[in-house]
Amino acid sequence: MSISLFVVQLFNGVQLGVLLFLVAAGLTLVFGVMNFINLAHGVQYMLGAYLAVMFYGITGSFFATVLLALFASLLFGLLLEAVVLRRLYERDHLEQVLATFGIIMFLNQAVKLLWGAAPLTLPIPALLSGSVALADGLRYPVYRFAIIAAGLMVALGLAYFVGSTRVGMLVRAGASNATMVSALGVDIKRLFRIVFGFGAMLAGFAGVMVAPILSVEPGMGDQILILAFVVIVIGGIGSIRGAFVAALLVGVIDTLGRSFMTDLLRLFLLPTTARLIGPALASISIYLLMALVLAVRPAGLFAAKGPG
Amino acid sequence: MAKAPRAIPDAPARANRALSFDQRMATALFALLAVLPAASHAAAGGYLLLLGERAMIFAIAALSLELLIGAGGLVSFGHAAFVGVGAYAAGIAASHGHGDVMTALPAALAASALLALATGAIAVRTQGVYFIMITLAFGQMAYFIATSLAPYGGDDGLSWPTRSLVLGTRILKNETVFFYLCLALLIASYLGISRLVASRFGRVLRGLMDNATRMEAIGFAPYRYRLTAYVIAGAIGGLAGFLLGNQAEFVSPAYMHWQRSGELIMMVLLGGTGTRYGPMFGALAFLVLEETLSRVTVNWKIMLGPLLVATVLYAKGGIAGAIDAWRQRPQPPVAAVARRRPTRVLAAAGRGLLASAGRLAGRWRSRFRFAGPRTVAAAWGAVKIACGCRLARLAPLAGRGTRIAGARRWWR
Repeated sequence: MSISLFVVQLFNGVQLGVLLFLVAAGLTLVFGVMNFINLAHGVQYMLGAYLAVMFYGITGSFFATVLLALFASLLFGLLLEAVVLRRLYERDHLEQVLATFGIIMFLNQAVKLLWGAAPLTLPIPALLSGSVALADGLRYPVYRFAIIAAGLMVALGLAYFVGSTRVGMLVRAGASNATMVSALGVDIKRLFRIVFGFGAMLAGFAGVMVAPILSVEPGMGDQILILAFVVIVIGGIGSIRGAFVAALLVGVIDTLGRSFMTDLLRLFLLPTTARLIGPALASISIYLLMALVLAVRPAGLFAAKGPG
Repeated sequence: MAKAPRAIPDAPARANRALSFDQRMATALFALLAVLPAASHAAAGGYLLLLGERAMIFAIAALSLELLIGAGGLVSFGHAAFVGVGAYAAGIAASHGHGDVMTALPAALAASALLALATGAIAVRTQGVYFIMITLAFGQMAYFIATSLAPYGGDDGLSWPTRSLVLGTRILKNETVFFYLCLALLIASYLGISRLVASRFGRVLRGLMDNATRMEAIGFAPYRYRLTAYVIAGAIGGLAGFLLGNQAEFVSPAYMHWQRSGELIMMVLLGGTGTRYGPMFGALAFLVLEETLSRVTVNWKIMLGPLLVATVLYAKGGIAGAIDAWRQRPQPPVAAVARRRPTRVLAAAGRGLLASAGRLAGRWRSRFRFAGPRTVAAAWGAVKIACGCRLARLAPLAGRGTRIAGARRWWR
């Protein structure tokens, strides 16, 4: 367990955490304001990645691709909201879960039809390629730094948006008591549309950013969706701050666990036993973290409203 | 007060009552399933048998999930984990040479119940959307544990050495025997869960779903009741897993994938929550749908997805809801009028009869006049009018080629 490997994995963990935050932020805001559980959020992440691949094929410029994909994600989110999701606000969670599950099935398969089941890739833009030397023999790719920086910028922007603007104030108010906000004359449906479109765009952004370093394939949204659920449960549903803290926590613990759990166990277990249960323990470490947090604080670390 | 009233009375004794609607629907389904092997051997060469087995296995799983959703208000999005853990427990027991039903089945039930107890202890503390997400996360946790079970196949899954042995014999290898075992266990699950939902325990559970605060105020601890329901549902899910593993002689982490949990919820909602027969019909409908759509195209999920959305948006209550709506359709107004003013209905009926008799007589007369010597036809018509026009079905008896044949056409 060398120090440089540890530092690299720590950065990887932060990078995963930042991506998780981008996805979880939209999910937690949508849930906070509208009490609406949207499983299709992960598909928007996947779609962002596919759109990036498509637009890169057309334009050949990474930055144009980012802008176009963001815009397309926003449009798609609004379309989804207008066609299906709008009819589900008044329904109970069970029906919301099922309908958005149907959307996942449809979109995963549609993506497979349109782009094929084989994984696609997107080249890293020339400007952000290469790596920087942090210390002797310790290099880290520029692009991953760029992801971390972009994510932190979005987090700061969101903190400003939610904390200091009028719409942000309404979002916070909506998260703590939506009925009261709408009784005060705010068009909560419109507010929700804004939040939803914005959330879809953030998820799409995460997808675009991750496209050059992961393979773009159908079903890539499902994994991150469940991780995002863990994040917002740990952070407290409806809380942006909670989502940020929990996303970094989950990202770092998951990444470090996968790299070092077996070595860690080897310190006090037989090597064979460690090799056997190490990977299993690593893959469930974030769920254990979630269980631990919930056992202490059932409403998450930074609850925007009471449990239930 | 002399005597404290019982908080919740027991369900009324139903020993002598006729079957409820739920039971009648379930009985019809069981009867249909019971004759399936014969039909399958006659027509489809055993293929229907396998589909029927799968339908019954998933019906058991859906029934147990309905106990949580319909009676407990607990939407578990990780129910496939219990099915998978049941299958794994029995499979692991079998791969160590304990493949007898007497060890494999209890192993499956115990493993699922234990998992339900461990995860439920945390999950049941929460409600609503937290519960959905937490069960989803725990389901994935079980899935990842299964994929990292290197000694038992890991990602590739675990092949069972054989189906479970019964008293050392391989009787379950016989597909018909296995089919009836599934049916028997389905009936047992149905009866057990129905009894449970109707019992005092089930009433408390439903009360907690409606208003937990009130139930707490009158002295029930929600946590214990919900956790018990969760463990029971988990164990029955394990039973379904035991059968599923037996049917395929194989178990893989895919059994626990969260989409499987979603499909189980789909079966329950497709069938209709709040009933016991609904989930069973839902499971059957889902598997038939899956089978049919996957024959049409490989990309069958592209059709299933929108279908699911449409079901949620437009078909509230699923199959059971549709059946209920049909049973409670507006009665024809005549019945209501007849109850209140019988004379008016009688008078109207009389007027109608007179009018149609007049019309018939007119047609008959003109027919008689212009048909010439068709006396047979005329006589036939007279007989029909006399007998209230109910003899049309006798006409074929007269046979072709006679003059009555023309009359038959005329009177149709």
